Amino acid sequence: MSDWVEACRVGEIDEEDVMRFDHAGRTFAIYRSPDDDYFATDGLCTHEKVHLADGLVMDDIIECPKHNGRFNYKTGAARGAPVCVNLKTYPVKVEAGAVMIQIG
Amino acid sequence: MSAAPSRRDYSLIGRDARLAVETGLSAAEWYHTDLSRKQMKELMQRSDYPALRDTAIWLGAILVTGAGAAFFWSTWWCVPFFFAYGVLYGSSTDSRWHECGHGTAFRTQWMNDVIYQIACFMIMRNPVTWRWSHTRHHTDTIIVGRDPEISVMRPPDLVRVVLAFLGVRDVWHAMSDMLRNAAGIISPAEKTFIPEQERPKAIRIARIWTAIYAVTIALALYMGSWLPLMLIGLPRIYGAWYHVMVGLLQHGGLADNVIDHRLNSRTVYMNRLNRFLYWNMNYHVEHHMFPMVPYHALPKLHELIKHDLPTPTSSIVAGYREMIPAFLRQLRDEDYFIKRELPPTARPYREEFHADAAAVAAE
Repeated sequence: MSDWVEACRVGEIDEEDVMRFDHAGRTFAIYRSPDDDYFATDGLCTHEKVHLADGLVMDDIIECPKHNGRFNYKTGAARGAPVCVNLKTYPVKVEAGAVMIQIG
Repeated sequence: MSAAPSRRDYSLIGRDARLAVETGLSAAEWYHTDLSRKQMKELMQRSDYPALRDTAIWLGAILVTGAGAAFFWSTWWCVPFFFAYGVLYGSSTDSRWHECGHGTAFRTQWMNDVIYQIACFMIMRNPVTWRWSHTRHHTDTIIVGRDPEISVMRPPDLVRVVLAFLGVRDVWHAMSDMLRNAAGIISPAEKTFIPEQERPKAIRIARIWTAIYAVTIALALYMGSWLPLMLIGLPRIYGAWYHVMVGLLQHGGLADNVIDHRLNSRTVYMNRLNRFLYWNMNYHVEHHMFPMVPYHALPKLHELIKHDLPTPTSSIVAGYREMIPAFLRQLRDEDYFIKRELPPTARPYREEFHADAAAVAAE
């Protein structure tokens, strides 16, 4: 069963930035792109389980704060060493001023 | 001069490697000074300009000193040119591969990749192997059995340390590793940190490098001159002293097996020329604590967090004045280390990880 849950309010994340969202014992990263779109991925780097929300967003890339591994946060694709495993992404919608993510 | 066999097992597949994993020393949560998200975002911002400027100066200096050395070849006037060329080729490349390996020097990633490949060739570090060994170095900094980049093990092998300044041993190992990799062999230690899918890349690079050195040697033989090798390859020997001099200061004589970079890394104040050659890696505590911060923002980061760090070492000379006695003492007591005092404004962290060793240091 898939649930939509509110991760944050619109505008709570700066443009080209990321925020951590914890829910039901899991952790996610919510992104606001330079184009003002929202995206969501698993919150931990697939390399060494570091919180990506402490990293740097550049265009469509999130860079892990520990080893500078890179992912495309829109697709979850691993884009630079030392990450080799893609990041899981989640559907996002904006509804009534809330950023909602669908947690499968 | 070297001491008795160590009680520490530095092998990456040995006893201490297993212990570090079992006790949680490996892949642990390290201490970070608190900074606001806004401050961190400002510090982490990437820009091409500082590295483009510095790289233009750097490559220009390599070309000018290399051309001068070749022009004055067979006269004494070539010596100062080779001196400068050697440091640029065999030492300043240490910080270039490092910073570009982190992907922080330039905002544009292909620029990081190009300089990374060039610098790796000059410093004779396989770009694949060393990317992964450095990843481990950041995960498990100076954790015995886990960190493949511990330059001075305990008790210190001072002959090896002195030879490092001459570059001979490094080059011997680099060439051996290159030929082994070129033959398609990845060592058991390398397998502990290089993922399987990356290993063919390490082998391919080693083969390309072997071909470049073969052509250089063939050219030297054809010309009946050492000049080609003095320009390609040998600078890693006669120009290595500088990167060893500054590199030893990064962690030398400080604590091992702690998970607080303030205790196992050293920030040293250096002048503008040294910081250019070293790309600000003298701010080493800051770099390890926040590896996302580009080299050009490290002085600013230092100003923001220095209240939480040990007093920086005032100069290279001061660093050696504290490090050499520590190395000598470690010859007879390998558990001895320089205990970094945190300022009263600093937050303490996980003293239990090194309480026993701290007692040794305080004796």
